[in-house]
Amino acid sequence: MRRQRLTDPLLWATLLLAFLVLAMPALGPLFARAFPAVDPPVWSRESFLMLFLSHAGLVAASSLASTVTAIVLGMFVTRPAGRDFRPLVDAVAAVGQAFPPAAVLAIAVPAVGFGPLPTLIALALYGLLPIVENAIAGLDGVPGAVREAAAGMGLSPLQMLRDVDLPLAAPVILAGIRTSVIINIGTATIGSTVGAVTLGTPIIDGLVASKPAYVLQGAIVVGLFAIVADMGFARLDRHLRRSAAGR
Amino acid sequence: MIEIDRIVKDYGGRRVVDDVSLTVRRGELCVLVGPSGSGKSTLLRMVNRLVPASSGTIRIDGEDVARLPPEALRRRIGYVIQSVGLFPHWTVEDNIATVPRLLGWKPERLRARVAELLDLLRLDADAVRGRYPHQLSGGQQQRVGVARALAAGPELLLMDEPFGALDPITRDTLQDELARIHRATGTTILFVTHDMDEALRLADRIAVLRDGRLAQAGTPADIVERPADAFVHDFIGRSGRGLKLLSIRRVGDVMRTGETAPGEPIDADAPLSEAVSRMVEHQTDRLAVRDAHGAPVGAIALADLVSSR
Repeated sequence: MRRQRLTDPLLWATLLLAFLVLAMPALGPLFARAFPAVDPPVWSRESFLMLFLSHAGLVAASSLASTVTAIVLGMFVTRPAGRDFRPLVDAVAAVGQAFPPAAVLAIAVPAVGFGPLPTLIALALYGLLPIVENAIAGLDGVPGAVREAAAGMGLSPLQMLRDVDLPLAAPVILAGIRTSVIINIGTATIGSTVGAVTLGTPIIDGLVASKPAYVLQGAIVVGLFAIVADMGFARLDRHLRRSAAGR
Repeated sequence: MIEIDRIVKDYGGRRVVDDVSLTVRRGELCVLVGPSGSGKSTLLRMVNRLVPASSGTIRIDGEDVARLPPEALRRRIGYVIQSVGLFPHWTVEDNIATVPRLLGWKPERLRARVAELLDLLRLDADAVRGRYPHQLSGGQQQRVGVARALAAGPELLLMDEPFGALDPITRDTLQDELARIHRATGTTILFVTHDMDEALRLADRIAVLRDGRLAQAGTPADIVERPADAFVHDFIGRSGRGLKLLSIRRVGDVMRTGETAPGEPIDADAPLSEAVSRMVEHQTDRLAVRDAHGAPVGAIALADLVSSR
């Protein structure tokens, strides 16, 4: 058990992420050697911890909003009452995905001003499609025989949703949330162009001032963050499938 | 008692159940039999209102099912389908306890009931109750399906081709089990199949459906001996009608009471087909007959088989 925990890649990736977030300035000499022209060698307008927390907060809030919206929409269009709205929901979600987040930012800024809010809106819209698609696929994929038997035993529509549909669709819905969150961890960086504080801030600064070290510092932390989140979801998925398949 | 009264179901302009009236007495095992598309499943599903009737009424013990809330109605009626439909994320115990839990039974009563049902279905309670459906064989799954349908002691059990997907040996065993459970519980059963042999084997009464209409209703003997029309005649089987007759009549009905014969005796409630089989196997034209307690009661001769009734 103990040995298993020590060789757990999720643990090591998380520790590495924590190290970079907390101790980026300690890597100053390394970056100074690689990029002698960049001074100071490590981006230092704010702490990386602050950037990380703000970035993670934006992703969490927008993903929560798109998850709740997507599951509600998915449940609605897979019930008899909402079946007619399904093509509409499919289309809207697809448009949300096709619309570049940068364009959403450009439209949102005049409406709600600079800061984190336009970023939240763009991320929530952009992250909607994978979850809506998977919520519909997951709820559709509940075996007909199971629903037939459940209805025949007298489960009410609400009990059907709670006891049958959602638990059986959960692994598929989770896969959608996973995709959405990973995309949004990357996409959130462009929020820095409209005044949100994210791990994209050093990247933008580095691009503007031609200081590649800053771009690298921001990008490494974002990339590692996405990897840790993905591994975390993989772990959650294993647990969920185990309980959904009954093991 | 179920009274089906002039029931009709239209699907998009097509009449799939056409003016069917049928009464099933309390405790009876009634089999709806017919080819695919004859409307037998639709008729069954109108009883628990999974399919709404277009016109006509269905009454259970005098109560019009259309006047009852559908969920409350269904919790009083057991329902078994061919594909079983066990909840894959619940244990056997939780699956069986579904309806009692919906009815608010207490945990101790639930546990006791699950054990009782697993016993009734001849499943090893300790080994099986904590397992998940995918860990069971097809036959075991359907046993659990039947146990789940019986869990709250329903007054009526609806079974839609419950053994259709099982291999012949398992199907055979479960047919015997169903007959035994029917005798033990006295539950009224409405059973759908397209297999006439299954119908003849299980039914107290058979209703033959064709194109949504009731072609004939009667006891298995009525159906085989006096088919109402060419369709029923054909559906029983163009050939082998004589063998079907032998399979629905019992040794006890035609035996010579008080006579004896040498050799291993045959049970009085065995079908005549079994008697023929024994005679051929042992190259004899007489068999001794014993009653359910094993006491000799008479004998049966080859001639009795062809001159019966």
